[in-house]
Amino acid sequence: MLTIAVEIGFVLIGLAMALNLWRLVRGPDATDRILALDTLTINAIALLVLFGIRAGSSAYFEAALVLAAMSFVGTMALCKYLLRGDIIE
Amino acid sequence: MNVIIEFAVSVLILLGAVFALLGSIGLARLPDFFTRLHGPTKATTLGVGAMVLASAIYFTATQPGVSLHEIAVMVFLFITAPVTAHLLAKAALHRRGDRQPSPHPSPASGRGGNGDGRLFRSGNDCPLSLRERVGERDEVTQRQEEVK
Repeated sequence: MLTIAVEIGFVLIGLAMALNLWRLVRGPDATDRILALDTLTINAIALLVLFGIRAGSSAYFEAALVLAAMSFVGTMALCKYLLRGDIIE
Repeated sequence: MNVIIEFAVSVLILLGAVFALLGSIGLARLPDFFTRLHGPTKATTLGVGAMVLASAIYFTATQPGVSLHEIAVMVFLFITAPVTAHLLAKAALHRRGDRQPSPHPSPASGRGGNGDGRLFRSGNDCPLSLRERVGERDEVTQRQEEVK
């Protein structure tokens, strides 16, 4: 049961990432692209967690945590750039 | 592993994946940026939360000791998602103000806000608001002179 659920989860998350990628390429404005990139990273975290369950090792959570932190900092920096024209004033 | 635990983990994984997919469908299909912002920041965060919870339960059941460091990912995501959404909305409002006025009135000009949404326009595309602003300044200086 668990293996089937994990496989279905992989498919659904992959579909979600494809939709995010579509919005990232298509996005009419820069803010759409930033949002798509942020969502893509969050989905990548979900994918890493799923992979950790499948591999049976808890070594993937450090990667997930680093990805979450990097995503947050990156989104903040891009938003600050759009808002102020500069990142560190 | 216990059947009940396996069932719970499976259900949480499927729930999380479905929520993540719903958030991404919202991101791809909704018409406006502010509606698109609504989808991922709620659904995807909840989806990842459910998936991380499933992982915590799984590793608590299979490995010795309680596995709690997955919860750190969840807490971090739950704290940062509203901040990210707030900044993105702010940036989008800022950028929309820079462009030409849109054919339909902006939400800022509806209820609340500052009336005509002057805060979000840069001024070079709407001379009326610029004139209004100059007029306001004149009134202010007049009032100051009266005070003197």
